[in-house]
Amino acid sequence: MGQQAEAILHETEAHDAHHEMSFWDKYIFSVDHKIIGFQYMFTGLIMAAIGGYFAYAFRMQLAWPGEEVPFYGLVDAAKYNMLVTNHGTIMIFWVAMPVLIAAFGNWLIPLMIGCDDMVFPRLNRLSYQIFLVSALVLILSFFVTGGGFGGAWTSYPPLSAVAAYNLTNWGASLWLLAVFLEIVAFLLGGINFVTTTMNARAPGMGMMDIPIVVWMINIAVILFMASVGPLVAGAVMLFFDQRLGTSFFIPSGGGDPLLWEHLFWFFGHPEVYVVLLPTMGIVAEIITVFSRKKLFGYRTILYTAFGTGGLSFIVWAHHQFVAGIDPRMANVFVVTTILISIPIAEMLFSFIATLYGGSIEFSTPMLWALGFLVSFLIGGVTGIYLGASALDVYFHDSYFVIAHFHYTFFPITIIGMFAAITYWFPKMFGRMMDETLNKIHFWGTFIPFNGLFLPLFLVGMAGQHRRIADFTQYPDLASPDLQSIRIFATVSLVILLLFQFVFIYNFFNSMFKGKKAPLNPWKANTLEWTVSSPPPHGNFAELPTIYRGPYEYSVPGREEDYWPQHLAPNQ
Amino acid sequence: MNEYLDLGLITSFVPAASSFAGDIDFLFDLITIIVGFWFVITLATLFYFMIRFRRREGVKALYISGEKHSEKVWTHYPHYGVIAFDVFLIGFVIVVWVNVKQTLPANEDTIRAIGQQWSWSFVHTGADGKLDTEDDVNTVNDLHVIKDNTYHFELQSRDVLHNFAIPAFRLRQDTIPGRTIRGWFKPTISGTFDLQCAEICGRGHSMMFAAITVHPDRKSYDETMDAIRAGTYESHFEKKRQLGPVPLPFTVSKSETDSPYAIELAQSF
Amino acid sequence: MSLQGPIATHRMRTGIPTGRLAVWWVLASEIFIFGGLIMCFLLFKFNNAPGFEDADMTSTAAGAFNTFVLLTSSLSIVLAHAAAEKGDIQASFRYIWFTIGGGLVFLLVKTYEYSSKIYGGITLTENVFWSFYFTATGLHALHVIGGMVIMGMISFDVRKNHNLQRVELIGLYWHFVDIVWIFLFPILYIANF
Repeated sequence: MGQQAEAILHETEAHDAHHEMSFWDKYIFSVDHKIIGFQYMFTGLIMAAIGGYFAYAFRMQLAWPGEEVPFYGLVDAAKYNMLVTNHGTIMIFWVAMPVLIAAFGNWLIPLMIGCDDMVFPRLNRLSYQIFLVSALVLILSFFVTGGGFGGAWTSYPPLSAVAAYNLTNWGASLWLLAVFLEIVAFLLGGINFVTTTMNARAPGMGMMDIPIVVWMINIAVILFMASVGPLVAGAVMLFFDQRLGTSFFIPSGGGDPLLWEHLFWFFGHPEVYVVLLPTMGIVAEIITVFSRKKLFGYRTILYTAFGTGGLSFIVWAHHQFVAGIDPRMANVFVVTTILISIPIAEMLFSFIATLYGGSIEFSTPMLWALGFLVSFLIGGVTGIYLGASALDVYFHDSYFVIAHFHYTFFPITIIGMFAAITYWFPKMFGRMMDETLNKIHFWGTFIPFNGLFLPLFLVGMAGQHRRIADFTQYPDLASPDLQSIRIFATVSLVILLLFQFVFIYNFFNSMFKGKKAPLNPWKANTLEWTVSSPPPHGNFAELPTIYRGPYEYSVPGREEDYWPQHLAPNQ
Repeated sequence: MNEYLDLGLITSFVPAASSFAGDIDFLFDLITIIVGFWFVITLATLFYFMIRFRRREGVKALYISGEKHSEKVWTHYPHYGVIAFDVFLIGFVIVVWVNVKQTLPANEDTIRAIGQQWSWSFVHTGADGKLDTEDDVNTVNDLHVIKDNTYHFELQSRDVLHNFAIPAFRLRQDTIPGRTIRGWFKPTISGTFDLQCAEICGRGHSMMFAAITVHPDRKSYDETMDAIRAGTYESHFEKKRQLGPVPLPFTVSKSETDSPYAIELAQSF
Repeated sequence: MSLQGPIATHRMRTGIPTGRLAVWWVLASEIFIFGGLIMCFLLFKFNNAPGFEDADMTSTAAGAFNTFVLLTSSLSIVLAHAAAEKGDIQASFRYIWFTIGGGLVFLLVKTYEYSSKIYGGITLTENVFWSFYFTATGLHALHVIGGMVIMGMISFDVRKNHNLQRVELIGLYWHFVDIVWIFLFPILYIANF
């Protein structure tokens, strides 16, 4: 099959060379996994800018209530709710998932497993197109009468089900439709990832030779598929409540609001691992390369990833401790929630153990990866406070929760994204990013990030509740000390956002004017580094055969401190 | 439980004004010590490795797969340690939870809180100690209770989900339309404390400010109830509105466990 | 081009054809969706939500007939697959269209059921039972329609002797549609269980 495949590939390449693809075919309606990956990435980055802009607006309102926010305007109570709702929704569904899973999954998987594209390229294109429509529907929801939906990303009914309650009739339905379409897009995309990884691997690549990031993305996609089904059913039910007058979730018509909560969180909790695992994978790839060390306990990491994924299905009601569920049930979820910290701790310990005895280079991708470990550690341990049900009685819907999930989500989404981009940029665009600007961007992001969210633990401890536009109206929360904390957090955010311009400049400037990148600037083992930068259509001039795992760094007796997967044993 | 351990972390921000607030603060302190321990060790190890194993000329990295038993123990033992601490912690958590949410101790009185878009209605029982009778006293955004009395609460909602939240008591509970949810609290410090709605309930969610006033004794409470019935009571909200939104005419330092605002109002009863 | 699609599509490291893996994935996600919906129904029912006694107002005869129709059409798609395996593309084509016909009969019976309820004054807002009835059977019917369309497309390929492996794949999907109905029928048509 190998020779025949090669011959066909050459035939295909020759065919393409004669068939000049138009701009539309090459970049807009492409079926090439790399272009589709870029489409997801750029859409995700644009949505990140919108989500960040919304955070800027509502944090400015919190620091200086009632004042017009520069570059936004006045944030009244309705706008405030719309901003926080869509900030959360955008960051999870239109930034974290598309960038970490769809963009890097698409771009990396066929390259890393040694084949020429995803197994269903046209389905891949369709999934991006549906995703793009979902983003446009969401943006449309901001401009309809009544404005964008303001019932929080969790969209609890009856508020979300009845227009008379939420006062955003079409905003609420368009929001829900956008989320529904995004889910459909990812369900379709998932088909490609799993079948490609399972079936299209290069000869010689056993299950344990697959780079861990590919595993992680696949496990994430499986988790997503298994958890989102009930929510899709729930979304249909909520949409019917909104538009057709059913009462699935409206008590006056016989429905139950708590049912939505269960359906939502049954998805919502696995979802956080859906986004966590790919970043763990990205971090693993980076720390092995920049410490020149084999990944510590590949199998352990793999099994704990599966374990975390499995356990993630039985912790969901920790979001509902005070929601009106039977309090006896809460105890079960305390046990499962606190126990899920264990496989994750094991994974983190394994990553740290990978550094032991290494030869660590503090390149920018490595700084991001290490920054992830530090910040995610804070996020993870603060989750224990919230999993302790009795303590959650105090902290539910308080800023302690916000600080906790930003110390997990921000490292996952933002740090993970920058780690991946700075690491794979040379291969994606054929040029090196400016390292000095990269480092400035790293510190200018990492330090303000902590300045923004660390104080929010303190206001959470003071009992400050969520989704409130102006705390100066609450006597116990209006003290100048607490308000100073809010201002400090907002100023940190503004600084954080300003430093992103350094990245934007560096990204585009390097893309066109950066130093030409060598084939394998980081001296990594995985297959994507063997093809030209950027890789051609069809990826490999000669499809590789695999002889070893991806982490054979510093192998004793070998002169080079790395041993790419595709090199024959005598090479 | 905070006779065993009291780091005063939460009370540096908010007084512990209910009988179970101390237990909940204890849990916070206990978890802080446990996770603090793991956090410090992990971070110290990470930083040590980052420094000790930084790239140096001529020094090659080691080749360790992490699959050998002797290597695995380095992650497994900390792993078992984490499990042990987790199990220890879970025991305390369940004990406190059962007390706060799974029991209803004998009560001196009952109050009903009804959330709606966008205010709270409170029903006090009046002299007969029973709800839904002629002498009930209804207030808006202004709940009155007596120190050291155990109260049962009944939570209802007229429209969407709200959440009955009193940070000083360390209490939060969602209210669900179509249901009555019961619970209890026992105030232990007199004063006036914020009562929040802690579940987003629409545009006016930010404006559902309410207060709970804990009277030092029955006499002060009865005087207030009489004044409310007579229409002569100036509620906390009237007073607050006279003060104006920003800036507030007082400062609070973190070392004080009672907010001076609460003390000022309590002294006026 | 003599090769359709990338080389990746034609590799088979697991020994299971890629198309089959993909269809199983799609079916798994659909099982979670319908499973979620059915579970919600059961939760309402076993918590004695009002309106669930209305299950005796659905026509058990119509439901039973539809069950028979779907089972028969599942048989015919199996026969279509068997014929395709043997290379008998004319027979396969006929069996596929018999299956599509079964789907059409199913939809006609459903149309009759829906219209008799709606003209009788019962719509999906009547109570939570009817909300579920129309939502669940409506979603199911959309999947039946989708299956029929895809079957039609595959049948024309089959007649030209292309992509015969897809008969098995659409058959798998059709069995799934059938099984969902097997679950919906008792919970929606039989009141006391």
